[in-house]
Amino acid sequence: MDLNTLWFGLVGILLIGYAILDGFDFGVGILHLFAREEQQRRLYINAIAPVWDGNEVWLLTGGGALFAAFPAVYATVFSGFYIAMMLLLLALIFRAVAMEFRGKVDSPRWRRAWDWAFGLGSLLPALLLGVAFGNILQGVPLDRGAVWAGSFLGLLRPYPLLIGLLGLTVFTMHGALYLTMKTEGSLRQRLVRIASRLWTVVIALTILATVATFLAAPFHFAGMSESIGFWALLALTILALMAIPAYLTASRYGRAFLASCVTIAGMMGLSVLTLYPRLVPSSIDLEYSLTIYNASSSPTTLVTMLVIALIGMPLVLGYTIVIYRVFKGKVVLTPDSY
Amino acid sequence: MDGILLARLQFAFTIGFHFLFPPITIGLAWLLVLIEYLGWRRNDESYARLGRFFGKILGLTFAVGVATGIVMEFQFGTNWAEYSKFVGDIFGAPLAAEGIFAFFLESGFLGLYLFGRERVSRRTHWIAILMVAIGATLSAFWIIVANSWQQTPAGFAIRNGRAELVDFWEAVFNPSTVVRYVHTVDAALVAGAFFMAGISAHLLLKGDELAKKSLKISLVFGLVVSLLELMPSGHEHARQVARTQPEKFAAIEGLYTSRDSAPLLLFAYPTEKPPTLHAPVEIPGLLSWMAFGDVNAPIKGLNEFPYDEIPPLWLTFVSFHNMVILGIYFILVTAYGAYLLYRKKLFNRPRFLKLLVWSIPLPLAACQLGWIAAEVGRQPWIVYHLLKTTDAVSITVSTGELLFSLILFLIVYALLGSLYVYLLVKKVRHGVEPLPGREVAA
Repeated sequence: MDLNTLWFGLVGILLIGYAILDGFDFGVGILHLFAREEQQRRLYINAIAPVWDGNEVWLLTGGGALFAAFPAVYATVFSGFYIAMMLLLLALIFRAVAMEFRGKVDSPRWRRAWDWAFGLGSLLPALLLGVAFGNILQGVPLDRGAVWAGSFLGLLRPYPLLIGLLGLTVFTMHGALYLTMKTEGSLRQRLVRIASRLWTVVIALTILATVATFLAAPFHFAGMSESIGFWALLALTILALMAIPAYLTASRYGRAFLASCVTIAGMMGLSVLTLYPRLVPSSIDLEYSLTIYNASSSPTTLVTMLVIALIGMPLVLGYTIVIYRVFKGKVVLTPDSY
Repeated sequence: MDGILLARLQFAFTIGFHFLFPPITIGLAWLLVLIEYLGWRRNDESYARLGRFFGKILGLTFAVGVATGIVMEFQFGTNWAEYSKFVGDIFGAPLAAEGIFAFFLESGFLGLYLFGRERVSRRTHWIAILMVAIGATLSAFWIIVANSWQQTPAGFAIRNGRAELVDFWEAVFNPSTVVRYVHTVDAALVAGAFFMAGISAHLLLKGDELAKKSLKISLVFGLVVSLLELMPSGHEHARQVARTQPEKFAAIEGLYTSRDSAPLLLFAYPTEKPPTLHAPVEIPGLLSWMAFGDVNAPIKGLNEFPYDEIPPLWLTFVSFHNMVILGIYFILVTAYGAYLLYRKKLFNRPRFLKLLVWSIPLPLAACQLGWIAAEVGRQPWIVYHLLKTTDAVSITVSTGELLFSLILFLIVYALLGSLYVYLLVKKVRHGVEPLPGREVAA
């Protein structure tokens, strides 16, 4: 395995880590929009309050790693997706401050306003990230020399929108499953029902998206029938997806959430696997695509970054697990809570 | 409208607004390390109450800092794509390292510190705020590394039409990193000290005796860091600029023609075309002595450089000199406060306490002015002597899109800024609460 492939995998892992972790934050934020009473809304927010910030750092680190390892992708895609990126940033800004601001003024109208900011600030990224990912999978207009030749409206094609919808549904289900571990009684029963219904939608959208991928971007499947990794990952994803309702029926909520994590990792892993060695396929001519070779940094930088990641990430994982353990179990509202 | 101007305005505005919050976070975090330590070791409830009070303010400040910080991480790609392609091989690594080594630490442990008070031991809780402070300070390191490389690039070679990394440590510890890092972090400590001192002074004026403790700590801390900011930190930074970026040095010091024995300008009003100083007040030979240790040392004036390669004169000169004036003000105020404290008169000097309250924003203004001097002083280069700012913007982003995003940021940040101030004032007016569960006793 060469350095470029290794970094392709590492950036993939960072983005998958982000989707799994901030994904349940988004889900909780979306469900928060539909919560019925103040107590329930506070439980939802405080279920993620101590950890969401650390989860978002995965996005920052993923962005940094993309910049460091594949600067041409970072520059071309981010400037190409300009308006979409600005909307994403705006949503993330509002989500961040909404949680902090919401409980600070004792007024129902103030809280309601920040409830909307929190909910929409979670919904918009959950949708936009999927749409962006769908655009990458289908390919974007890159001209000779990887020059961007697209527009904002050009990003709103049927296939990326379908992937966006799938992402939105998966994250919402993921958030509901996370909350089943954090709540009890009738609220938990309701969350189980929500998660089960969303699961059905996820299944339908997954089948649709798979068919759509064959139609919209058949080049991804070239050579996949012989790839053992592809079939193994596919089997794992299907198994994890099927395990979710089974664990829910057995009241094994932690396991159900874990299965949802594996499902997200599997779905994104499969997409990443079929993308390889391209990073951004060109819809004008596949020859103009950005690949792990023509978009990468120098070997010196890739090696340096590898050392940084190998020293840093085990530490990060270590204390992240410790912090999650501290906040394990049901949400308890204390005077320190939001 | 000019697209490059819009992109520059947007960057200046978003970074300027963001940079109001990290200095408070860094300074406040270290002061909380002190306060929480005293509360834990002395088992003193009053420190625990102060810790909780300022901890909530830290959380509020951090939230706005994070929200506006995400924008910075992505803006190099969205708005400065040509720059990103040119420097990505070097510039991306410190940003990724910031995430891995600093920001994970800071955010993870801030959650534990703010929400874990009742779930962990007091020792673990103290370690949490210590990790937040270390994380915030390390975060500043990697950001300063990235920015210093733009000021004084090192450890690279121009290959394949871009700057490629040759020596990581040379790039990280380029000629300006260490002095600029110390100067910036110490400025943050000054900001944190004035922030806590001002709020404590207000609480004391309202009759909360508890605030005496935080006032004492922050005032003494403020004196030490304000002194260090001028000597050696500010002095060494100026000496570094004189050696590594002579155009910037000449612009901030107002040296428009080369001199053998250059004077230090105390006051002047600069105009651009042609470069002229009006009503200068100067001390002969002092600039030469300060920069090179010899009153007769020659210093290059702006006349030695091509006119299209020197920075804007008015903005650099005015921002730098006002920063210095503020720096001296911080020393005078904290020194006088420490003197009053020593003479046991501090707590019954309401006019001085009011001065402290009104001084809260001044270190933040000094941070902004210093940053303007540093960044505008680097113009017209985005990477000193390698890439011009005008060649660095995203060519695919249209003027209309830029105008849209700039207006969006102006509106959203104006809202965020006012809400932050509103909530901060509300929290301070509410005062320091009794410890939870003790309401009945209190």
